[in-house]
Amino acid sequence: MGNRIEGFAALADPTRRQVFERLARRPLSVGAIAAELPVSRPAVSQHLRVLTHAGLVVHDRHGTRRVYRIDPRGIAAMRKYLDKFWDRALAAFKAAAEKETDS
Amino acid sequence: MSNPRAEMVIRKQLIVEAPAERAYRVFSGSMGLWWPREHHIGGSPLKDCIVEPRVNGRWYEVCEDGSQCDWGKVLTWDPPRRLVLAWQLNPEFKYDPSLVTEVEVSFTALGPRRTQVDFEHRNLERFGAAAERLRKDMDQGWGQILESFARAAVG
Repeated sequence: MGNRIEGFAALADPTRRQVFERLARRPLSVGAIAAELPVSRPAVSQHLRVLTHAGLVVHDRHGTRRVYRIDPRGIAAMRKYLDKFWDRALAAFKAAAEKETDS
Repeated sequence: MSNPRAEMVIRKQLIVEAPAERAYRVFSGSMGLWWPREHHIGGSPLKDCIVEPRVNGRWYEVCEDGSQCDWGKVLTWDPPRRLVLAWQLNPEFKYDPSLVTEVEVSFTALGPRRTQVDFEHRNLERFGAAAERLRKDMDQGWGQILESFARAAVG
């Protein structure tokens, strides 16, 4: 529960969510994110630290550059739960709808 | 890596061997028939799930002890084609009226007794703001506990 709350809380900040949404489109370096958003490089780095800590993003090293991308495992906690839940619920719905008669 | 944007949305598609009207009716009007029993938030066992058949209608559960818990509301009511519900349960499965994630279900008749159901639960990123509020509430709770502890210690 703790991690799930942490992860979603990290997305509550609007700028951080923007950073996250950019990364959801494609992996980016700190400089590239700062160029796309009206935010300074140090601020971007700070947001990336929080997102990394919350398990939402990870980075790869390309030489001296760090390229950030979203970590689908982090954001996936709640989604995975709901995904499984809806699979079960919709299968039960299908069975109920097929059993029911049109009276 | 698979499409990361898809992480914020859940999509399902299924074929139901039933007319669209019946599929819509069973989904919205007989939810208590098929809703997984253990997935509910009330204190006593789940008795029924109700979707009031109109825009702004309530979506709620009824427990065996007669108590009710809100889950959300109806955003679009368009039988037998489209139903959009607001799922307003936060990551701790408590009702939060300021949180709106959308559950959209579309019913397309493929034949007189065959319906395609397209399901989507979206805006999952909005759980972020709800989680932040939760954390603040928890901080407040601790603040109160520490305050009364301090009072007791001084008194």
